[in-house]
Amino acid sequence: MQLYLPIAEVSVNVFLLLGIGGIVGLLSGMFGVGGGFLITPLLFFIGIPPPVAVATGANQVVASSISGVLAHLRRRTVDFVMGGVLLAGGLVGSAAGIYAFNLLQRNGQIDLVVQLSYVVFLGVIGLLMFQESLRALIRARRAPGRIERRQHLWMHRLPFKVKFRTSGLYISVIPPLAVGASVGVLAAIMGVGGGFIMVPAMIYLLGMPTKVVVGTSLFQIVFVTAFTTVMHAVTNYSVDILLAVILIIGGVIGAQIGTTVGARLKAEQLRILLAVVVLTVCGKLLFDLVVEPSELYSIGYRTTRG
Amino acid sequence: MIRALVLLVLAALPARAEEVVAGLSQTRVSITANFDGSEILVFGAVKRDTPPPEGPPLEVIVTVIGPAAPVNVRRKSRVFGIWVNTEAVEIDTAPRFYAIATTAPLFDILSHTEDLRHRISIPQGIRSVGAPPEVADAARFSDALIRLRQASGHYRVDAGDVGLTEDTLFHASFQLPANLTEGNYTVRIFLTRGREVIDHQVALIDVRKVGLEWFLYTLAHERPLAYGMLALALALLAGWGASAAFRFIRT
Repeated sequence: MQLYLPIAEVSVNVFLLLGIGGIVGLLSGMFGVGGGFLITPLLFFIGIPPPVAVATGANQVVASSISGVLAHLRRRTVDFVMGGVLLAGGLVGSAAGIYAFNLLQRNGQIDLVVQLSYVVFLGVIGLLMFQESLRALIRARRAPGRIERRQHLWMHRLPFKVKFRTSGLYISVIPPLAVGASVGVLAAIMGVGGGFIMVPAMIYLLGMPTKVVVGTSLFQIVFVTAFTTVMHAVTNYSVDILLAVILIIGGVIGAQIGTTVGARLKAEQLRILLAVVVLTVCGKLLFDLVVEPSELYSIGYRTTRG
Repeated sequence: MIRALVLLVLAALPARAEEVVAGLSQTRVSITANFDGSEILVFGAVKRDTPPPEGPPLEVIVTVIGPAAPVNVRRKSRVFGIWVNTEAVEIDTAPRFYAIATTAPLFDILSHTEDLRHRISIPQGIRSVGAPPEVADAARFSDALIRLRQASGHYRVDAGDVGLTEDTLFHASFQLPANLTEGNYTVRIFLTRGREVIDHQVALIDVRKVGLEWFLYTLAHERPLAYGMLALALALLAGWGASAAFRFIRT
């Protein structure tokens, strides 16, 4: 069944979209990741214009994060002060990202920048995950290790210290602002939530207790991606509601199956699998950039008025 | 001077003896959610007061032209191993849709002067005024535009697709692609003899997105803030509702 997407202005098969939403939902249910970083490149592959894929991806992240936020709110595992600081940074970062996005779109370079960012991020994350899970596989055969919380000394010399009661921290607001802002830029340019950057940064850089990390990062992600969605809609007219709704439906169903399947598999094997998926998508994106395209010319429309 | 005028009138008179009377199968095309292309039929007849003149045969050209908009055509070249858009030419007007159907190959039945006068062939419909000085081969960009749009089915020239019966009745059908742009589409019908246009007629087709498509498209472009909020509300509702539903099923 073909469906005409009013904003992307392409006809696509509904079941293909449901399938993409479902597979990404399955993966996010299995691994507990947001999935935004997979859905956007998959949309490129089926011919959705990158600006629409990014803006709609951000919208999809809102949907996939909201239930998680609500669950963490109920469990009181959200540090609101820290979340607020991360969010303030995130909004500034997202606004800057949107500005850069529109500038690049006018110059015809946005497709390239989005694809390159994905190659870099998926490549780095895939490799790190692969290495980490290999190490974990080896470690699992030996004695169980302990992850140490590290605090950087230079961080304590920064001004504007604030007490983060829930996290039990007394640190400067500058590092969380910076972390939030860089995640905001990623949300605007790549259409991702950015949890894969923020969670490690919160644990290793800010030294937050793991108990509140996921809830607090989801709290920031929901608001930043919501803001990003609206900004893309207002400045670029590139959010496709129909596309988003279908992806969300597929994603929700997939996530439910994924959680059940994930519980039965071994964590280390799962992570190697995810690493392979991420590296494959990265490889395909890189391949498309490096190989001489059969058509060197392309048509750019003026999507922004005035 | 007068003699020349008389000659001209005399030459023009037999031409007016054949007139085109045309109809369309539909004057509205509606793009809906499951729109996957549409076909419009252009048909008509040649009205004459006298028997058909001797000489070159009657030929028919039908064009359907969509709304025009400026576009940027970009060209990639290799920079540090990857392919990057490096040059761009702005084309001032290019129709989003351009289809030509004829009874025979276009320039067998139409002279280049007549093409220039009536702007019939596709390159005539594309106007590019200024290319940036650093682009030496600007013509290639307009060629690329035509090639790309032909590949996507938005531009097409179908020689022999106009059926002509008894030099009187003609019909042509046009396949409209699924991703059609909204607007007024101009249908023009030309009658030619000996590569000269002897009569033509113009009709309009109104292509509109309707239903949900229309609603979403106009909302997104005219009230983008409301549209963004709607997108957000739907996402929140769907995300929360679905997990609530699944929790309910489990317990």
